[in-house]
Parts: sequence; structure tokens; C-alpha cells
Amino acid sequence: MSNIVLERVSKRFGDTLVTDNIDLVIPAGKFTVFVGPSGCGKTTLLRLIAGLEDIDQGRLLIDGADMGQTPPAARGLAMVFQSYALYPHMSVRANLGFALKVAHTPPRDIAARVEAVAKLLDLSALLDRKPAALSGGQRQRVAIGRALVREPKAFLFDEPLSNLDAALRSQMRIEIRRLQQDLGITAIYVTHDQAEAMTMADQIVVFREGRIEQVGAPLEIYRRPTNRFVAGFIGSPCMNFLSGARAAAFGATTIGFRPEHLRLDASGELRGVVRTVEHLGNEALVHVQLEDDTMITARCTEDTALHPGAPIAFTPDPASIHRFDQDNRALDVG
Amino acid sequence: MSLHSSSFGRSAAHWTPNAHAQFLRHRVDDPSVGAAFIVAFPLLWALLASFKTELEAVAFPPRFVGFSWSLDNYRQVLGESDYLGALRNSIIIAGGSSLLTLLLGVPAAWAMAFAPTRHTRALLLWMLSTKMLPAVGVLIPIFLFYRDWGLLDTHLGVALLLTAGNLPIAIWMLYANFKEVPGEILEAARMDGASLTQEILIVLAPMAAPGLASTFFLIFTLAWNESFWTLNITTTDATTLTAFIAAFSSPQGLFWAKLSAASMLSIVPVIVIGWLCQRQLVSGLTFGAVK
Ligand SMILES: Nc1ncnc2c1ncn2[C@@H]1O[C@H](COP(=O)(O)OP(=O)(O)OP(=O)(O)O)[C@@H](O)[C@H]1O
Ligand SMILES: [Mg+2]
Repeated sequence: MSNIVLERVSKRFGDTLVTDNIDLVIPAGKFTVFVGPSGCGKTTLLRLIAGLEDIDQGRLLIDGADMGQTPPAARGLAMVFQSYALYPHMSVRANLGFALKVAHTPPRDIAARVEAVAKLLDLSALLDRKPAALSGGQRQRVAIGRALVREPKAFLFDEPLSNLDAALRSQMRIEIRRLQQDLGITAIYVTHDQAEAMTMADQIVVFREGRIEQVGAPLEIYRRPTNRFVAGFIGSPCMNFLSGARAAAFGATTIGFRPEHLRLDASGELRGVVRTVEHLGNEALVHVQLEDDTMITARCTEDTALHPGAPIAFTPDPASIHRFDQDNRALDVG
Repeated sequence: MSLHSSSFGRSAAHWTPNAHAQFLRHRVDDPSVGAAFIVAFPLLWALLASFKTELEAVAFPPRFVGFSWSLDNYRQVLGESDYLGALRNSIIIAGGSSLLTLLLGVPAAWAMAFAPTRHTRALLLWMLSTKMLPAVGVLIPIFLFYRDWGLLDTHLGVALLLTAGNLPIAIWMLYANFKEVPGEILEAARMDGASLTQEILIVLAPMAAPGLASTFFLIFTLAWNESFWTLNITTTDATTLTAFIAAFSSPQGLFWAKLSAASMLSIVPVIVIGWLCQRQLVSGLTFGAVK
């Protein structure tokens, strides 16, 4: 269990500032998720923490110790790469034991640790195979196992599930989370999938263009986004935004409300026409074109008889309206 | 095995004179057969000449069959001149310089492929540009330096020159091969605590083995066949097979048949090595072409 602290960390590649003055605390034993759109610097920040890239400015502390001059292996972190990065010419057993072998661990101890990790991850039957003879999910587990064997201070995951199909992804999501909780290990997990962030995280860090937009627990970020970017980025389908007179009525430049906070109401002030309906089985997502041509999305029950072209009207739940000023900052959140 | 014999059985059953003609025509029409013949022609010519007498070897029109086969040339080349000494020098010089080239080239290519700077591309081009200069352009200065440093006609002197000459090619080939290796795998090794040497030797080298083998083979062949420097800076102690072969064209006159026999003897080692690492070579030379 280790905490990781970033102090004013900056990194530039050529002329682009990829991470800009990042201040962040990764609490010990917690699952922290970095989320943000593609190219916002999540991977770069993770690699800075891992030591695979050098920090230009600022400090990185692990358990209070400055890591500026510490090589990657000595930081005690283990990384799980998006591409798994297994050693293709080595068996699963050798892959799992590699870190111990280069650390000159006695062979008997290596065997014991490898067996234990293999058992934990259900890899025992595959120990003599080469990575090429494994399925995607199995490779993923080997990659996690390779990180586990070293008993690291913290896990770093860079989009580890993006190469898996949807079913396997949600299964691995739960497995990774359970493993992390059982071991009580600090974890940083990079994803650009906000659903993954919501379901796995103790703490979410939302990035945009190399800066942190908001840090907080998943529900806190969902319920109290501090700016319009976070409000729009977290949540699926994403928040509806209205501006102009409707927003002015609430004393804001923009107002936002989530699809589930719209109530069907024949006398509601949001009037429009149904354009498309997405049936999800348990609920329907209704895309509505308002009278001023703004598109909004509403979450409705499947029993509502809706079809494209039908007139429709809503009332947003007044308690769940988010207000933003002209700088897109949330007005009600401190 | 059973599949093989059954298909053999079937084709034998359908083997008609017509099919035979078709088979032949197909083989002759195949452009690669023609190309292979053109490439191999000088070699075949030399092979035939090596079994002829000196007179038959220069006869015009040349005879491809019906001359008296004899091993006299081989006997003379092996018996009356220092073939074994030249062979030994060639092995030491080509082998030594090829190993040295890899020793220098692998770390250089590693740095260019996995830790590039903004100068890497320019550096690669600049290295290759040194190959555009004709060697004779630097013969005099090198000869003078070598004379002063006592490197003329030494194994070390020739090997160093060949290393310098082949290094750009080796680095280019290794660089292209290393580029195909995912950098994340090396980073994983770094995270796992591997030292730089371990990273290169236990992780990178096995993955790039075909590329390493084909690079070694290419530079070994180039060093083995190099004749400009070996002719100009060796006289007796470090004469290689190429200088040895050339000796048959002077000064007592041109001995074509013996020269051919000496050539045949000098390419045998290369053919043997090439044959032994055939499979590695094919996958190494097409590395990246098939994904
Ligand atoms: N080695 C590099 N040299 C130059 N620019 C780089 C390098 N690595 C990343 N960048 C740039 O830095 C920015 C951030 O990249 P990074 O890979 O950290 O993004 P990311 O948030 O992980 O995106 P994604 O979700 O697509 O993985 C991008 O604009 C990228 O082009
Ligand atoms: Mg990334």
C-alpha cells in the first residue's frame, strides 16, 4: 500500500505541453481511474509515474520519496500494457517469473510464486504455453499475473481491456477490481471509457488537454460536475445542454440535465418531435428535436408508446438541473 | 506423410506424355527460373571451367559438355599454393569483423529504434552516405595511417576496415528489424527490472533472431568477398581468399581454370553457412514484409 503524489508535473514533447502542471494525490490502497478523451495525456502521465518517460518539471513522490532519479524497476510499480507486451519467445511460466529471475530470486521461490499467481488467475493449466497460443483474455491475465508476481507497491494499467470483446471486458473489469480490493493494492487505471471509470473507480481523475478537470468519487463527479466538460464527458448518454433564454431563466449561460431527469409531461415547457428511439429492452432512449432545433435525449420506460414524428413534451426535474456560467464553470458547485 | 504419398500416387497415375510437356513448358516459362539461370550463369561457367584444362577454359566457342573432366586444378590450387592459409585469414578477418560489426551495430540500432532523438533520421542517412564515397578516395590516407600504425597486412587492420565499411549496412538492417519489435515489450522488461544488457540479450535478441542472423550472414558475405581493401593493404600475412584468387591472374599470366577452381573453393564456406541458416535467413530478409 503506497501513495503516489504528483507535484506540479509538466512534460512536453517538442512544442506541445502534454501534461501541464499536474498536482494530484493517488491515495494508498485505492483504485484511481484516469479518464479523458483521446490524446489528453493519460498514457503520458502513467509513463511518467512508471519512469518510462522523464519528468521535465515537478516532482513525483512515492511514499514520500522523490522518484526523480529512480529507474523504473526500483520504483516498485508494475505496469500492465494495453498490448499486454508479453515476451513472445517465453512460456507463460517464464513470462510470469521473468522479474524474479532478473532479480536473482532462488529458482525454488520463483516456482512457488509463479504457481501461486497462476492459481489465483486460473492460469495453472497454461503455464507451458507460449503467448501466441493463448486467447486475448488469457493473455490479459498473464499480463496481470506478471505484474502481480513482483508484489508491487502499485499497479499501473493502461487501457488493459480495450482489446477484449464486450462480454469479456465486463467480466475482467470485475476481476481486476476484486483482485485489487483483495490485495488492498494501490492502482492507477487509464481508460477513455467513462463507463469503465464509473464502475471501477474509488477516485476518478478527469483530464482534458493535459490538465485535470476534476478529481472525485464517481458519484460525486456524476452528480456535481464542476464544469461543462466534465458534465458532458461523464455519463452515457451524455448530459443535455440548453442555452439562451431557457438558461437565462435559471440565471445561467448554459443549463444541463441528464436524460434520466426528464419527465414526460404534456404541459411541459420542453416541446418537440421524436426523431429516433433506441430500444434497450429495459428502457428506451428517445432523441427529441425541440422547437428551436436543439437535440436532446431522454431516458424513458419501454412501455411509453413513442414513435418517430410524434409530438412530445418534457419537464426537467428542477432539483437536477446543472447551471454553468459563460466560462463553462458550474455555478452551484464550490 | 500419408498426404504426401497419396498425392504422389495420384499424380503418377495421371502422368501422360502431354502432361510431361506441359510441366516442362511451365518450368521454362516461369520468369523466376530464367532469372535464377541468369544470376547463376557466371557461377556455372566458373564451375565448369574449374574442371577444364587451361586451354579448354579459354577455348572459343566454349564447350559446355564433352571436355575432359579433371580435378587437376583443384589439386594444384590446394597443393601448390597456400589455400589453407588464405582460408584461415578469411575466416579470422570475415568472422572477426562480422562479430565486431554486430557488437557495435546492435547497441547502435537499439538506440535508434527505441530511444530515437530528433537527429536519428539524419544520422541514419549520413551513415549511409559514407557508403556513397568510392573506397579508392580514402585509400591513400588510410594506407599512410596504417603504415604508421603498423596495421598494414595484419588481421586486425583489415578487420577494422571491413567493420567500418559494413557497419552502416548492418545498422540499417538491424534498425529496420528492431523497428518491428514492439517497444512496449522492452519497456515491460525494464519495468520487470532487466538491465540494459539483459533487455538486449534475453528479450530483444531472441525476438529479432531472424534479423540478426540475416544481418550477420550479409555482412559476413560482404566481408568474405571484399577485395578492394584486402588486395591493397595485405601482402602475405593477412591475405584473404579474394587476394588469393586474384593471384591467379598475375603476374605469370592468366590461369583461368585454376582461378575458377580457387573461386569455387572460396565460396564453399559461404554456401555451407547459407545453407545451414536458410530458414532463419528467409524469415529475416522478409521480416516486416509479411505481417
Ligand atoms: N513520444 C511522443 N512524442 C511526441 N508526442 C507524443 C509522444 N507521445 C505522446 N505524444 C503526444 O502527447 C499527447 C498525449 O498522448 P497520450 O498518449 O498521453 O494520450 P492518451 O490520453 O493516452 O490518449 P489515448 O486515449 O488515445 O491513448 C498526444 O497529443 C500525443 O500525440
Ligand atoms: Mg493512451
